[in-house]
Amino acid sequence: MSENKYIPKTKLAKWFDSRLPLLSLSHHLKEYPTPKNLNYWWTFGGILTFCLITQIVTGVILGMHYVAHTDHAFESIEHIMRDVNYGWLLRYVHANGASMFFLAVYIHIFRGLFYGSYKAPREVIWIIGVIIYLLMMATAFMGYVLPWGQMSFWGATVITNLFSAIPLVGESITTWLWGGYAVDNPTLTRFYALHYLLPFLIFGLIILHIWALHVPGNNNPIGIDVKKNSNETMPFHPYMVMKDITALLVFIIIFFWFVFFAPNALGHPDNYIEANPLVTPTHIVPEWYLLPFYAILRAIPSKLGGVIFMFAAIFVLVALPWLDTSKVRSSTFRPLYRKFFWVLVVTVILLGYLGAKPPEGIYLVLSRIATAYYFIHFLILLPVLGRYEKTDPLPMSISDPVLDKPGLIDKFKKAAGQYEGDNVGSFK
Amino acid sequence: MTKEIKPKRRDFLFTATYTIGAVGLGAAIWPLVDQMNPDSSVKALSTTEVDISAVEPGKTITVLWRGKPIFIRRRTKEEIDEAAAVDLKDLKDPEKDSDRAKNPEWLVMVGVCTHLGCVPLGDKGDYNAWFCPCHGSHYDTSGRIRKGPAPTNLEIPKYEFVNNNTIKIG
Repeated sequence: MSENKYIPKTKLAKWFDSRLPLLSLSHHLKEYPTPKNLNYWWTFGGILTFCLITQIVTGVILGMHYVAHTDHAFESIEHIMRDVNYGWLLRYVHANGASMFFLAVYIHIFRGLFYGSYKAPREVIWIIGVIIYLLMMATAFMGYVLPWGQMSFWGATVITNLFSAIPLVGESITTWLWGGYAVDNPTLTRFYALHYLLPFLIFGLIILHIWALHVPGNNNPIGIDVKKNSNETMPFHPYMVMKDITALLVFIIIFFWFVFFAPNALGHPDNYIEANPLVTPTHIVPEWYLLPFYAILRAIPSKLGGVIFMFAAIFVLVALPWLDTSKVRSSTFRPLYRKFFWVLVVTVILLGYLGAKPPEGIYLVLSRIATAYYFIHFLILLPVLGRYEKTDPLPMSISDPVLDKPGLIDKFKKAAGQYEGDNVGSFK
Repeated sequence: MTKEIKPKRRDFLFTATYTIGAVGLGAAIWPLVDQMNPDSSVKALSTTEVDISAVEPGKTITVLWRGKPIFIRRRTKEEIDEAAAVDLKDLKDPEKDSDRAKNPEWLVMVGVCTHLGCVPLGDKGDYNAWFCPCHGSHYDTSGRIRKGPAPTNLEIPKYEFVNNNTIKIG
């Protein structure tokens, strides 16, 4: 509850902290006031940090055994799986870790959407988050290319070809990205270098994300400002740390269920066939976490248009704090937005399903409807709702919704009444 | 205070310094960018000679050129007629078949879909020619885009007939 200035206790600590205030920083992190009503949807920040660290640790180790060359990449993956001690475990943790990372980030993003966490004064946190999400997708995509299987090769071909849709310079850009006239060894080696680099950029951005968060403090399920250093907040440690750990343990159980019992469930069997530039697999699909955007790409019957809409689907999130004109943050008090939020969730899941289906017949029709709805939600519904929606009255304090339940006060009074005689205290 | 502000010698020096600095920075960054372009060893593989004596009418062979598949199809009479009979108004990317095949019997194309780079399958699709399985582009017997998201016809590489049995691509 205290954001008091930290005063080191010992002379040595004082000497050090005045030169590099690490102790002050650690004190700030411990005492950082968090709203007392944060629910479990707020634990995904910690879970995501865990995911990133897991990916970096397993990734650096895999890098010690992997060979980034078209002649050896596929074999070196099998070498990791069969020969390297615990190589199978490290690779499965890394591969499934990517999926779990995205699962967590999607929950984290939708939590932000539901509770209006992107609204003033938290726009910068949100935009940094969108950049992190973009970098995550780039990193995951390049990582998927490294095993040099059929899906790696053709996924890389399709995604890099997206840039060829740019008028005039598109061809030069793809040639530049490839370092040749098709995806080949130069492409593989540079993807490896970048796949190694980007997670550290993400790490840096996460520090900015948290820094930007610590300026206004957390949003909360009620969405009203909390009074810092009051009984509405609790210090981050140990309260939120314990809550985060509880959620993390449940998350780890799910994560390792995949690792040990269904390690290939989220992958594609074609990636166990070595890359062949002469044969495209009959049905190529990206990893599940990219499917909604893939569906948008294919829904537009024009090459450039498809690419523009696909990128717009991500970049529209950057403008979200200004598209949503409602002053009320939490959906709890927005009866209409709350319904549209769930329609959006269903739409995105539907797009993900359609992205995995062939682009024909009913699937194509549905992808077009869902794509249209996705953009209507952000570009039309949100600005209009902000103007016309009649929101429910906001409580004065985050404690009110707990204490204001009808009959609750009477119940306390009655309970207190039993002790009236003992002079324990009165509840009036 | 409507006195006109004249640029001073110092302003000139600042502008000159920024300009030279920007040029220098650009020159320093360019090698870092250009190293990603195709290197000399990649460019060196720019021609391939193919023996086509064994290809029968109605058959296609696929060879690799610059890491890309090249389709060499010996077309049947019907295919040639079909390709020649198409009205250019029906085409998304209008091109005469005679401009695409130097020798009507031989169609030489880059076997890469102009949408997003997959390899189209032969003898498939609405025009019984090429069909891309990735996003559903249909090409006709001249490799022209007829239906689907691809914007242009299958690319014709630079090639020549060295003799009756050999094609040089590149």
